[in-house]
Amino acid sequence: MWYFVSPEIVFGEGALDALDELEGQRALVVTDGTLVELGLVDKVKAHLDKAGIDVHVFDAVESDPSVQTVRRGVEVAQEVRPDWIVGLGGGSPMDAAKAIWVLYERPDLHPAEINPFIRLGLRQKARLLTIPTTSGTGAEVTWGIVLTDTEEQRKMGLGNRENVADIAIVDPEMAAGMPPQLTADTGLDALTHAVEGYTCTWHTDMTDGLCLSAVRLIFEYLPRAVAGGSNMEARERMHNAATCAGLGFGNAMASISHAMGHTLGAVFHVPHGRAVAIFLPYTIEFAAREAPERFAGLAALVGQPRGLPLHRDKERARALAERIRDLCREVGNPTSVAGAGVERVVYEAQLDKLIDDAFNDTQMITAARAPSYDELRRLFLYAYDGRPVDF
Amino acid sequence: MAFKFPSDEWIKELSRQLNDSESYERSAKDWEGNFVFIVEPDETYDDTAYLFLGLYHGKSTDAAMVASKDEREVEFVLRAPFSSWRKVIEGKLDPIQGMMTKKLRLAGNMMKIMRYPKAAKEIVSCCALVPTEWS
Repeated sequence: MWYFVSPEIVFGEGALDALDELEGQRALVVTDGTLVELGLVDKVKAHLDKAGIDVHVFDAVESDPSVQTVRRGVEVAQEVRPDWIVGLGGGSPMDAAKAIWVLYERPDLHPAEINPFIRLGLRQKARLLTIPTTSGTGAEVTWGIVLTDTEEQRKMGLGNRENVADIAIVDPEMAAGMPPQLTADTGLDALTHAVEGYTCTWHTDMTDGLCLSAVRLIFEYLPRAVAGGSNMEARERMHNAATCAGLGFGNAMASISHAMGHTLGAVFHVPHGRAVAIFLPYTIEFAAREAPERFAGLAALVGQPRGLPLHRDKERARALAERIRDLCREVGNPTSVAGAGVERVVYEAQLDKLIDDAFNDTQMITAARAPSYDELRRLFLYAYDGRPVDF
Repeated sequence: MAFKFPSDEWIKELSRQLNDSESYERSAKDWEGNFVFIVEPDETYDDTAYLFLGLYHGKSTDAAMVASKDEREVEFVLRAPFSSWRKVIEGKLDPIQGMMTKKLRLAGNMMKIMRYPKAAKEIVSCCALVPTEWS
């Protein structure tokens, strides 16, 4: 027994027009200052105005939103009393919006209590609408919430399937202005979602097709979206791919790359998509030794080396890892932690914390091959140096 | 030698397996909180059993089959019908998914549990290492 949850998804060019028909009184738009400056918040406001909805904006969400920021957002929600919470942005504003919504409805809860084992009883005061402005996070369709505990420098994986959005507006125009680096980072985040959603132990028949579709689209369109930001076909296909990957991994799980990427991001502030994509090839090579089959299936999809026999699953899985490194290089992203600019001496000083936090990350429990503590240490070290995994 | 589930011998063997597990020790190194596992009757098992497991800082401090859930001081109570326990122990039901789908029902401090998903997984991995004979 398992669940598949999804918002109503309005997608494609002009999808934002669906806001004109939204029924409600007051909306609280949860976003960040950059999106206000870029005019994207005004764009959304104009549509909500047409719907006759009074709009308030909370634009204080930082990258990797903290519990404190969420609490401030809840205070604003309690003053405004919205019947719609609108998460507008990348993963950070959308995750913050989810948490603000839950705590606005359930002020008795501590943010860390938002867990999948309880009944929240949401939708008594408001509903949630999400609008992604990057093509990667998938947060518009997932119920997971990642908040940062700034005191412990630790990311917390929270969420409950009730807190999935009611409506997701996936309009490629909203992501068309992303600069190349952000396009690459977020696109590789989507790729990591798709690969891990397909290969984790919680994958299902309901999620496999979404992940496969996303992998294929990302390999085809991410380089084009990075090279030519005005290529709206590439933008639209990447925007759709990110949402497909979100539905895929969001109804399955991510895995080791996310566990390792979360802790690297929390300690060294490496952007999330860049961090998880650095680790992805190493974790594939690690899994290939004991559980290569599903990775091998993906390799066939993205063009494995000619002449590699179909029964050689381990080699095919390793070929997938190398294809992902090639894609990272093609879009200008690092393939090692050193390449991401983290100094060795600082990295080694933080290594025990990185391992401890990754070992206990919620994404670690669904690994196709579960690393021991010492194996995880070696994975961090190999990924630092850019050495293909041989253990 | 196989250990009958549920029984005093079975939970003591699980305790021994946990104390041999480096992965459990690492993942639960700060953990403080005892459990009682309640095995509820269903079509294949007609009794109710209470298995106490003492857990502290990555080690199992004590284990015993007890007469009720209140016999020892515990912070967490995990209950499920016999057939669900069997699926968990045989690796056919992921314990976290089991809790999310209410096949396993956990009472206790959820904030605390959420910080130790790997430890929960390691306990189940150790369950699978106990040679089990089904009642």
